Amino acid sequence: MEIFYENKQLVTPGDLLAEGDYAAGNNAYKAGNKVYASRLGLVNYEEKRVSVVALNAFYVPTVGDLVIGKVTEVNINSWTVDINAPYAALLQASDVLNRFKPQRDDLSRIFDVGDLILAKIVTYDRTRDPLLTVREPGLGKVSRGQIVKITPTKIPRVIGKKGSMINMLKKEAGCKIVVGQNGLVLVDGANPEDERLAITAIHKIEEEAHTSGLTDRITEMLKREREATK
Amino acid sequence: MSRPIRKLIDENGIRTDGRKVDELRPVKITIGVLSNADGSAYIEQGKNKILAAVYGPREVHPRHLALPDRALLRCRYHMAPFSVEERKSPAPSRRETELSKVIREALEPTIFLEQYPRTSIDLFIEVLQADGGTRCAGTTVASLALADAGIPMRDLVVACASGKVDGQVVLDLNDIEDKEGEADVPIAFAPNLNAITLLQMDGLLTDEEFEKALDLALEGCRRIHALQKETLKAKYVTAKEEVEEE
Repeated sequence: MEIFYENKQLVTPGDLLAEGDYAAGNNAYKAGNKVYASRLGLVNYEEKRVSVVALNAFYVPTVGDLVIGKVTEVNINSWTVDINAPYAALLQASDVLNRFKPQRDDLSRIFDVGDLILAKIVTYDRTRDPLLTVREPGLGKVSRGQIVKITPTKIPRVIGKKGSMINMLKKEAGCKIVVGQNGLVLVDGANPEDERLAITAIHKIEEEAHTSGLTDRITEMLKREREATK
Repeated sequence: MSRPIRKLIDENGIRTDGRKVDELRPVKITIGVLSNADGSAYIEQGKNKILAAVYGPREVHPRHLALPDRALLRCRYHMAPFSVEERKSPAPSRRETELSKVIREALEPTIFLEQYPRTSIDLFIEVLQADGGTRCAGTTVASLALADAGIPMRDLVVACASGKVDGQVVLDLNDIEDKEGEADVPIAFAPNLNAITLLQMDGLLTDEEFEKALDLALEGCRRIHALQKETLKAKYVTAKEEVEEE
């Protein structure tokens, strides 16, 4: 049982993190009894587990995730949606319409190519592409607001511990904010100035995600910006 | 073997570009230089200037190339027409096709391809200026571009050449030494796995010379590896310092 870095130290792929009776968590792998990093990030040692909080990664679909996607294709009985993942997602027409008849219903009237939709992932495994649903309150077409794209690994930072960051952002910027787990964030404010403020804050969170005391600094920044524009 | 037209190492053991026999050319690396790519890196090694870009994992086009059990790694090594003294035709040459293959095979064992079946990872290595040892510098920079793209890897890959010039074993051959020297041994190395993923030899070496060349190249790899790690960390270390100064 030996560790080679301090907690939250920056590690690169291939770095030996620990030796002995440890399990490999996220972005780490085990070979023999040694645990190595597989991505650039901050190492996190727990009692029996070593993981790395990646600084940059792409989105891998997970069942139950809320995502924001863009319709790229309208098919006979489904839509193909780009969810910023290695795989294109599918939204079936029968999910939106109760009694779907290809002869009668024109799918492009519901969602057309280029439309943004808010959806949830219902099934996904490595053999099949992810399947989406919009059958829940609040899901469906995005009709207003702005989209911010950030690295999916920074999403937990935007939300904060038990939503501390996101709630603060909503309050301070006065915007509705929907966070897609795939790295897309929808910001919808009453005026462009509010939206601009929220977007700057989100970008700042992305840049400084690996530093501590972030929520306080963002709050401060938002208040300062507010004063300046008044 | 034709006689060298001029001496490549002078009586003080200094090479044509002023280096000692076991000295690397100055290496400068930056990552994240292209905003359209998922990951990118740029290296200058002596007069070599090479850009690498990574896209993916993404859906495979054309579809039938997709593999059911792992991701497809596609690699294109390409030299710009202006990268060498006499214009190089932009069409992929036999040499470029070979280098694309060996670089792909040097990187493949370090990537967790099996985690993303039915996708492709596309890697582009563009040589902007060439001065010998571009396959090595290309491999080094490609590995960094993959790390920058956030693709999970077992280890970084670093490559470096050694060879024989004027009867002496030297490190990191430049263009003249490559062309007029007696041998060239490019190797790619995964330092933490302690595995060699590319080993080629052009020319003739005795057993002892080969062992010496291999050790020298591995030493060169370790030095470049330290630089690779520094480069990857640099981007985030500066952001952190700025915040802590506030």
